[in-house]
Amino acid sequence: MPVTNSPRTLFDKIWDDHVVERIEDGTCILYIDRHLVHEVTSPQAFEGLRLSGRRVRRPDATVAVVDHNVPTSDRSKPIEEPQSRLQIETLEKNVAEFGIPYFPLRSASQGIVHVVGPEQGISLPGMTIVCGDSHTSTHGALGSLAFGIGTSEVEHVLATQTILQKPAKNMRVSVEGKVGPGVTAKDIMLAIIGRIGTAGGTGHVIEFAGSAIRDLDMAGRMTVCNMSIEAGARAGLVAPDETTFAYVKGRPFAPKGEAFDQACDYWRSLASDEGAYFDTEVTLAAEEIIPSVTWGTSPQDVLPIDGSVPSPSDVADPARAAQIQRALDYMGLEAGQKIAGTPVDVVFIGSCTNSRLEDLRAAADVVRGRHVAEGVRAMIVPGSGLVKHAAEAEGLDKVFLDAGFEWREAGCSMCLGMNPDRLTPGQRCASTSNRNFEGRQGPDGRTHLCSPAMAAAAAVRGHLCDVRELAKETV
Amino acid sequence: MDKFTELTAIAAPMPTENIDTDQIIPARFLKTIQRTGLGKNAFAAQRYDADGNEKPDFVLNQEPYRHAEILITYDNLGCGSSREHAPWALLDFGIRCVIAPSFADIFFNNCFKNGILPIPLPREICDELMDDARQGSNSRLTVDLERQVIVRPNGETIAFEVDPFRRHMLLEGLDDIGQTMAHDTEISSFEHRPSRAWVPSITIGTVK
Repeated sequence: MPVTNSPRTLFDKIWDDHVVERIEDGTCILYIDRHLVHEVTSPQAFEGLRLSGRRVRRPDATVAVVDHNVPTSDRSKPIEEPQSRLQIETLEKNVAEFGIPYFPLRSASQGIVHVVGPEQGISLPGMTIVCGDSHTSTHGALGSLAFGIGTSEVEHVLATQTILQKPAKNMRVSVEGKVGPGVTAKDIMLAIIGRIGTAGGTGHVIEFAGSAIRDLDMAGRMTVCNMSIEAGARAGLVAPDETTFAYVKGRPFAPKGEAFDQACDYWRSLASDEGAYFDTEVTLAAEEIIPSVTWGTSPQDVLPIDGSVPSPSDVADPARAAQIQRALDYMGLEAGQKIAGTPVDVVFIGSCTNSRLEDLRAAADVVRGRHVAEGVRAMIVPGSGLVKHAAEAEGLDKVFLDAGFEWREAGCSMCLGMNPDRLTPGQRCASTSNRNFEGRQGPDGRTHLCSPAMAAAAAVRGHLCDVRELAKETV
Repeated sequence: MDKFTELTAIAAPMPTENIDTDQIIPARFLKTIQRTGLGKNAFAAQRYDADGNEKPDFVLNQEPYRHAEILITYDNLGCGSSREHAPWALLDFGIRCVIAPSFADIFFNNCFKNGILPIPLPREICDELMDDARQGSNSRLTVDLERQVIVRPNGETIAFEVDPFRRHMLLEGLDDIGQTMAHDTEISSFEHRPSRAWVPSITIGTVK
């Protein structure tokens, strides 16, 4: 691939370093360094390989884990749901047949694929990473180009270790300044999605930059990159820096010793050049972001916690007005009502967006010395077995259990209704997950997206509320 | 994959933005290990009540749209989850072409892989086509991929863009894996570049 001397973005550099060949009309054969596989989007791909007599080209660049439909209750019992069991057994049969490394359900390291990848050092800076899951953008926090693909592409990557794609456009979202107390990576990302909309990033890869992004720890950067897809972007990434290298160092599958130092030199060279061209630039002031929740059925329906629900009469476009009315009806909210004070039935702290140790610590800081409000079901679902173990070593499990939370096993859980953890019709949930679509957490369930601290605050108050008010109280 | 050349069919109007893939096929139906059979659950939440009866006000439950092979919507069709079950469900229902002002990237891509042609057109044109679609069974649209035009019932033609490579794959019904495997020499030589020496391998016994 010819590399010009003109300034390039982080995305351009990773892209250029992975182009095997440029074929007709600018479509590229792009090499993939890591292919993560889970039970839901892979069975048809493996079946396709079998039917055409193809093998997996690079089992040593492929890792499988079960997460989407595993129960998060007692793991010693068999999986009751026959279809979930079949999907998990199918993955186990496929990884055995094709020789793919696999974290089984009984593994202490099992968890959500987007938590496990970075945690194990399987996902590294400068890599191209794919998975049959849209939240693969999470891994972009390491400074890798990571994106979700469909099952046909899963099959294509298994067979060829490449993907066919044209380069995306570059977008830079800069968040400058320092966030106030109680404002987390989740609030930053909700503010970004509220600003640019769920289609704002379509066709783009977003580089998140600015001092407020630099100041985030890796868990926070993962939260931000995770929801790039909710802004419509193909991927999100953050330039690798010393925070990244400190996180990666010593992880089980990361380079060791001299190889690590050499890799760091390469990773440092990936930062966007001064003067690199971005097709779209957006800047937000960190000071203006306050703890936020969603009110509607699209992640762009964001409100600061002191805000009021919009009214169809606020907009001129009749289609948009109808959409607002439909969202209000679905969510059981009145136009113009304050969002704070809305009672919740369920609180879910977990998902690939917010289930890391740092997230659990933030929730525990709110919960400590308090109790879950009467009538609220509150659950903590750690992102992996290792997160759960580390949290227990710090005594966080006790904080949550004493407060009346459920302390569950790792998995995707109530982020999507594929396992037994689901909302029942009409139930309202403060959720740290990524999508508030109709029916996402269970048919007719109502989702308000928010940060772990805000979800914890909703659990103890029994309604959506400003976490900063709780911080003022002495417990 | 079936070829896509020309289609003359009933189009269903769905004047809604941000139709996400959770709406097209809810997660509880993703437990299948096959590509087929999802059509009956396409748009399940909007199509059926809690007892599984059809909701008469939903467009795909109405004549002639229950036989629609074209779907017309507003912006950002297919946003959200990467699930290819969404185009599988549409295809199994009978949809071969989707028209919208804009599409989410992964869904757009997934359509091509399954012989469904996604066509981005400006909102005003989508509105006109929806008006055509509302005329019912005598008002079919023709989508001609060879000529890259849509022919309206009044005979007017609307040109559309499609990537040459993707157009070629659809017209011929080709398997892109086979095409890429023909580049095996280039892929192998890429894998042996010295600049890639830092990328670690994952040995099967080390993952537990």
